[in-house]
Amino acid sequence: MIVRGDAGVLVQGITGKQGTFWTERMQEYGTRVVGGVNPKKAGITHCTVPVYASAGEAMADGGFDVSVLFIPPLGVREAALDAIEAGAKGLVILTEHIPVHDVMYVLAAARERGTRVVGPNTAGLVTPGECFLGFMPAFTGSIFHAGRIGVISRSGSLGTLVCLNLVQAGFGQSAFIGIGGDPIIGTTTREALETLDRDPGTDAVVIIGEIGGSMEEEAAAYAATMTKPVAAFIAGGASPAGRRMGHAGAIVIGDKGSYASKHAALSEAGVTVLDTPSDVGKAMARALRH
Amino acid sequence: MNFEEHAAKPLLAAAGIDVPRGRCAATADEAAEAARDLGPVIIKAQVPAGRRGKAGGIRPADGADEARTAAAAILGMDIGGHRVERVLVEERAAVAREYYAAVLNDPPSKGPLVLFSTLGGMDIEDAARTDPARVRRATVDIRAGFDRAAAQSMLEGLDLGDEAAAVADVLVRLYAAYRGNDAELIEINPLAVTEAGGLVALDCKFTLDDSAVKRQPGIAPRGTPERLTGLEARGQELGLRYIELDGDVGVLANGAGLTMTTMDVVRHLGGRPANFLEIGGAAYTQARPALELVLSNPGVKSIVINFCGAFARTDVMVEGVIDALDELEPTVGTFFCVHGTGEKEAVAMLKVRLGVEPFDTMDQAIQAAVEAAR
Repeated sequence: MIVRGDAGVLVQGITGKQGTFWTERMQEYGTRVVGGVNPKKAGITHCTVPVYASAGEAMADGGFDVSVLFIPPLGVREAALDAIEAGAKGLVILTEHIPVHDVMYVLAAARERGTRVVGPNTAGLVTPGECFLGFMPAFTGSIFHAGRIGVISRSGSLGTLVCLNLVQAGFGQSAFIGIGGDPIIGTTTREALETLDRDPGTDAVVIIGEIGGSMEEEAAAYAATMTKPVAAFIAGGASPAGRRMGHAGAIVIGDKGSYASKHAALSEAGVTVLDTPSDVGKAMARALRH
Repeated sequence: MNFEEHAAKPLLAAAGIDVPRGRCAATADEAAEAARDLGPVIIKAQVPAGRRGKAGGIRPADGADEARTAAAAILGMDIGGHRVERVLVEERAAVAREYYAAVLNDPPSKGPLVLFSTLGGMDIEDAARTDPARVRRATVDIRAGFDRAAAQSMLEGLDLGDEAAAVADVLVRLYAAYRGNDAELIEINPLAVTEAGGLVALDCKFTLDDSAVKRQPGIAPRGTPERLTGLEARGQELGLRYIELDGDVGVLANGAGLTMTTMDVVRHLGGRPANFLEIGGAAYTQARPALELVLSNPGVKSIVINFCGAFARTDVMVEGVIDALDELEPTVGTFFCVHGTGEKEAVAMLKVRLGVEPFDTMDQAIQAAVEAAR
């Protein structure tokens, strides 16, 4: 999912500390925030926008396209279903530590209604020069700059670093898609890759993966069919097996989810696999004959 | 969170799936006493590891004396790095056939997946390679659930003899146990057809979703906590994910991805990381206790501090680190790289309070830390 600057954005959980802080940042950057949700504070104005009792009410009043959720783990299922029922085109779920059964429930409902979901456990989306959703430092010019490279990342901090490296090397981003660090997520690496492949504003793609699961292997199968160049960095090569490395999804069980498996699948698909994220600029320059 | 067999099987029993009668024993005498009550038994090491049988951790015994001998041999054994502290003494069933059944969270389909195979006792991947026709898979819409008709439909065409209806019943009950207990995985292998013609779960694996521990207070205490070193346990108390490694370059970064990457680049540049420690997300104000933790590892000879702020503000993290450095006055060198949210303030603080400039790139900071550790 690439969110454009004209999209109307709802913030569920807008009145909380983080919701307030990041709504202000999003507004400063140009994100068209049209409203917020807090059932207990419906009727007030917060961050200059109306607060509704539900996403359904927000849709009935002024409408919205995409909702971003600043909601604690056990409240996400209800809030997300509210937005899906309301007819949201997209959801960005930032929350970490949501029970996986709740995530699957939300994703099943979203699939039925045609709602695109990004996350959970993501730092969000950035479309440089247009808008951002979540808690990314989109407003830092040394990190995000409008350009033609699409970035997909399971990690917010590492994704930020790669974007910084791209700008230092003279590139900019068409879109940053933070897909999230959970084992089950709404938009997989492959799905994000397909989106960027179809995007006319994207000339090349950087995948930032990590150990655990098989998303990179599945993305590799699609990358093999692409004409746009793809580079990838996979975090976790030096991590021990059997331990969860911070992200719920980042765990090697037996030989499943290993660095070696991902490296091999991506290399075989013609993807440039980087030893360090610092090499991303050089790799893109080579790929695009800058 | 993994559950050992003796803690997992009661979840099956509560869902109405038959399990053998049995009880746990921590000594050979307790095992003998259990065998006296149960008749012919099987004695099984209770450790959170697979391949217990191959390691000699599962033995049959007839009568109290044999049970005592078998239990004495198993207790204290090392299986997959775990010392056997107790055994499960179970009534031995006369087995006619063995099946496999499981329900798990399936990332590719983004929903639950029910698995069944008539090749019991075998790993499901091995079964799929050996004879794919005997392995069945059904994806589930978690909102609709998994009913008898769905179970019968997935079993269609398998030769289950008189047990077809009972197998379907077990699958429905297994799904209910999966759903009701927030399982990541619940697996019966083998699911035995007894000589007497009933189905009984001879082994059970259960993994509770770590994110659901809080809403499963009834069962969570029965899980096996992750084995932690002293420092790792201290990190856990502080709400920090600290993983101890055998290298000498200490690592402190924000976010799981950046922290793993810092370790990767330490290794790529010829060094050995001493730990994983991330203070991203809500833990970003914890820089000070985090640095104390890194410094508590006596093997650490240098530290790379790599922050790239998004949600986590680098000025807040750097301030915590400087406070800790002021107080702890470590003798090992610290090497900084700082970018992202709060960068300007963070860099100014490093200059004023520590008199250092952070390195421009992560690789430069790591290179310097690797060299300092030599």
